[in-house]
Amino acid sequence: MTVLAFLSLFIGVIEVDLSSLASGDAEQWGIFLISRLPRLLAILCTGVGMSVAGLIMQQLCMNKFVSPTTGATISSAQFGILLALVFMPNSTLWGRALFAFAAAILGTWVFVWFIQKIQFKDVVMVPLVGIMFGNVIGGITNYLAYKYEMTQALSSWLVGHFSLVLRGRYEIVYLVVPLVALAFVFANHFNIVGMGKDFSKNLGVPYNLVLFMGLTIAAMITASVVVVVGAISYIGLIVPNIVAIFKGDKIRGTLMDTALFGAIFVLVCDMIGRVVIQPYELPIELIIGILGSLLFVGLLLYRLKNGRKAVVIRGMAGVAGGAASSGCAGSIPRMDEGDGK
Amino acid sequence: MIIKELTKKYDGKPVVDSVSFEIPKGKVISLIGPNGAGKSTVMGIISRLVARDSGMVDFQGEDIGRWKSKKLSKKLAILTQNNHIQMKLTVQELVAFGRFPHSGNRLGKEDMEMIDRAISYMELEEFRDRYIDELSGGQRQRALIAMVIAQDTEYVLLDEPTNNLDIYHATNMMKIVRRLCDELGKTVVLVLHEINYAAFYSDYICAFANGRIAKFGTVEEVMTKENLSEIYKVDFEIQRIQGKPLSIYY
Repeated sequence: MTVLAFLSLFIGVIEVDLSSLASGDAEQWGIFLISRLPRLLAILCTGVGMSVAGLIMQQLCMNKFVSPTTGATISSAQFGILLALVFMPNSTLWGRALFAFAAAILGTWVFVWFIQKIQFKDVVMVPLVGIMFGNVIGGITNYLAYKYEMTQALSSWLVGHFSLVLRGRYEIVYLVVPLVALAFVFANHFNIVGMGKDFSKNLGVPYNLVLFMGLTIAAMITASVVVVVGAISYIGLIVPNIVAIFKGDKIRGTLMDTALFGAIFVLVCDMIGRVVIQPYELPIELIIGILGSLLFVGLLLYRLKNGRKAVVIRGMAGVAGGAASSGCAGSIPRMDEGDGK
Repeated sequence: MIIKELTKKYDGKPVVDSVSFEIPKGKVISLIGPNGAGKSTVMGIISRLVARDSGMVDFQGEDIGRWKSKKLSKKLAILTQNNHIQMKLTVQELVAFGRFPHSGNRLGKEDMEMIDRAISYMELEEFRDRYIDELSGGQRQRALIAMVIAQDTEYVLLDEPTNNLDIYHATNMMKIVRRLCDELGKTVVLVLHEINYAAFYSDYICAFANGRIAKFGTVEEVMTKENLSEIYKVDFEIQRIQGKPLSIYY
């Protein structure tokens, strides 16, 4: 996996570097430094950030199908950006980021508080509620955007793309790095909290504190990506799931792989998006949407094939409708249901 | 551990009503009683998982609520029945979490030894690298007990450890409980539904009825026809098998 990451990184750099490769003239290098390099870094941060945010949220919520998309984090961050646009039209990137942070954290907290309050019997309900909650926030965002004639400005944050990433207006995405490092430090805490309240109390881990701290980290990572790039769905859902199939759920052991795989995934999608209709480019959200849904179906089939039938089948039936529009559905078996023979 | 005047109400209805008793050190104590008698709630309160309305739980000279959570987790371990662990962790990784209160993120040589010992004590060597969600119910329960052993606490509290286990695994679980006490010197408190397991494998029995202690004493003191009939409201006969009073109910 590391080799693949390195290879991808290398290919990515060449891809980006192609124009300025031959000539050493200043103009070419300028383009390289102002646009190409930031773009690559933004891509890597996005991939790493979104997949780690997804991993944290899945662990903390004890649900494999919670992610920044299905946990209302992304839509909350967008809502925050809109508020910044409406109330502080001259706000800088940092100003907008602050609004996005606050809204994303708040939105995620409310969502998790809600699913904790109403203990859903069915695992699938949680992401479904998250999708609904996210759509409600999205609806309010759209309404406000329409009212204040901001729809056009907002659209840039609704569909993720890297084409506007330039030096000087993307650096916030670097926040992902320290946040991911922080997540690594608390990886074991997240694991323990993911095993339930009683379990963590037994081991002397403050459940609520770690839960909300972890969600805050995930929300901040998400918000810093959304502010710069826009909404990137799927990664936070799919990457951690695929890595978990091969590597298990011990965060300490999978965090690096998840981050690397996420980076590779976004990198490849971005390259595809730029190559397909050259010299124009497709927004990355589109490519990820296509690839992601394919992978997601594969993921569901894998879960189906590997036993625990009853729960998975019911899960698929339950969300078939929701899956089409939001692309986040499914179920993982609960321990208490599948008698893991 | 001394429990004084514990009271807990749900919606104004007392589920635990001024319960007082003392847990003798180095013994196996079973809490028994009909459904809703309050035994699991008492267990939750003395392990600080459930908040009480009033009363005291004196643990080694200090109230259980005043203990730092982390410090307490080195002295007292609790295993509840609702461990819906949906994670793909190997047995070894799960057991290693038992060392978390002691060493946090850094597992030293001593921790690794403790983990190895716990795994071999529960005869889980061959499952060491298997994921817990691939194990059977009995094996999973053993893995959780191994984690508690690695946690290396003086007190071990088990809430219905035989729940959902078949006769073979349940009996083995009770033998393990006995060994935790006899060989490792732990004080084990458990909530049990099967009276005969309590009678055969524990030293003391605390019988609950309607949120109060109906009877607390040694196995011999509690396991009488009259006591049991009164607590469970069905007819009992007591027979002695291997010197222990076992009950037959019908």
